[in-house]
Amino acid sequence: MIEVRFHGRGGQGAVTSAELMALAAIAEGKYAQAFPSFGPERRGAPVQAFLRISDTPIRLREKIYAPDVVVVLDPSLLATANVKAGLKPGGTLVANSAKPVSAVRGECGFGGRTAVADASKIAEEELGVPITNTTMLGAVMKAVGLIEPSSINEPLKERFGRIAEKNRRALERAFAETIIEE
Amino acid sequence: MARRVGLEVSLACAEAAKLANVDVIAAYPITPQTHIVEHLAELVADGHLDAEFVPVESEHSAMSACVGSSAAGARTFTSSSSQGLALMHEILFIASAMRLPIVMAVANRALSGPLNIWNDHSDIMAERDIGWVQTFAENGQEVLDLTLHAFKVAEDARVCLPVIVNMDGFLLTHVIEPLLMPDQAEVDAYLPAFAPQQRLDISKPISMGMVGMPEVYTEAKKATLEALLGSYEVVKEHWAGMAEQFGRSYKPIETYRAEDAEVLFVTMGSLGETCMTAIDEMREQGLKVGSVRIRLWRPFPVEDFLAAIKGAGGLIVIDRALSPGVPAGPVATELMGLLYAKGLKVPVHNFVAGLGGRDVTREDFKKMLQKAKDAFAAGGEMTCEMVGVKE
Repeated sequence: MIEVRFHGRGGQGAVTSAELMALAAIAEGKYAQAFPSFGPERRGAPVQAFLRISDTPIRLREKIYAPDVVVVLDPSLLATANVKAGLKPGGTLVANSAKPVSAVRGECGFGGRTAVADASKIAEEELGVPITNTTMLGAVMKAVGLIEPSSINEPLKERFGRIAEKNRRALERAFAETIIEE
Repeated sequence: MARRVGLEVSLACAEAAKLANVDVIAAYPITPQTHIVEHLAELVADGHLDAEFVPVESEHSAMSACVGSSAAGARTFTSSSSQGLALMHEILFIASAMRLPIVMAVANRALSGPLNIWNDHSDIMAERDIGWVQTFAENGQEVLDLTLHAFKVAEDARVCLPVIVNMDGFLLTHVIEPLLMPDQAEVDAYLPAFAPQQRLDISKPISMGMVGMPEVYTEAKKATLEALLGSYEVVKEHWAGMAEQFGRSYKPIETYRAEDAEVLFVTMGSLGETCMTAIDEMREQGLKVGSVRIRLWRPFPVEDFLAAIKGAGGLIVIDRALSPGVPAGPVATELMGLLYAKGLKVPVHNFVAGLGGRDVTREDFKKMLQKAKDAFAAGGEMTCEMVGVKE
């Protein structure tokens, strides 16, 4: 079982990120859970979302305390949200940042496997809005796989309808542009 | 053919109501609500469900509208939670006394104050004695199945009582997970159209909800009680029908690794899943522990419960609600009364856990086991303890 924690700000779509990945994994025949952090919903406030993906049924209803993967949708959270809390030593941090990996590591204090994509820039260029949820999925898929790239298409269509294609382009660009350092 | 889908559990519940082809949904669409009624409102507005959606001005009115529509012979559904359920309180007794087969999904959540909208069982434990049939779902699939089952039981001529399907707020209602969604033909085969036993009809006038003078009140209560107790067999029968139709079987009480267990956890709702995983981990350490999960809460399946705990050296009963001023939580109090009545001296350790959205983890189960084992070994009295209180 792989456990993923998403950090974002209210309105950036961290919950949607977790949901789309879960739907893609379920469509592949896997088991998955996606759930929000159940806090008050306030635009701009730090929020978390959780994702579990497994080949066997998931019998757990606790939050995720020791994630294999942490995804940070907003660069400002790297230094302020303790995003590395509980992240397994062999785990992966996937961050949205315009800075190089070394700077991201410095900001959040995580020295392990790190993947960085400038998702804000990509989202602005491809979607015209700084909403990085779908863009960051490209970075996640590049860094840790989790699902087959094609599995995300249906969930994207279902969720975004006529703008699904744009989101897909943003995702693919992030997939291509993500830099990973072990 | 059933389809395997990924779906938010609230939507699975709404889809079950749609598959049940409900005629009327009356609900108060503001917090504390869930996506259940939001999705049903969409389905009705978009023409996918031919039903009347009545957006009332309060939960008290929601249940009142349900009483009216059910009395008129409409298959009636609603959903509530927390303060909303509390506001319905008065009408819930009337619905069962009038023998109206309303089905309600309750997303279990805390009662204020302090103001809290997160999961626990405070809301439903305050509605323990309303005379409705009540089940508790463990996961999304159960939410869907128990909702379909609820209509089948409620409308059965031998029952004619309202049914609540309890599902943990957030821990289930807000989670996306895989489940098997039956198709309309399968559901129609299981759940035929509603054929009311009696209904308000101007061509054949009857009175419903009459005054019960002291001369008849006791008898009316006795009759309703007997209907509730009698629903036990019907509940089981329609679970058997569900196994036949959908291939999933349900029992009033579920056990997990209980056969040779020295200590048994007793849980309700979604906590059962974390409990099973914790048990697997504790078994690996050589601890002989198992669990019992109460799926049918009302009528309480006394014999099934006694059979499930047979041979256990101690019970750890987990309550997700407080019963202030008495020695234990509502579930433990009830179970201890039952054990005493049956002359069983099984030691019970009660924990109140997961109040107002506090997470209950595998580690918590391990700590609870250790504490309870120490207490059992010391031969002490039953104790009730709140889990994870920050001192």
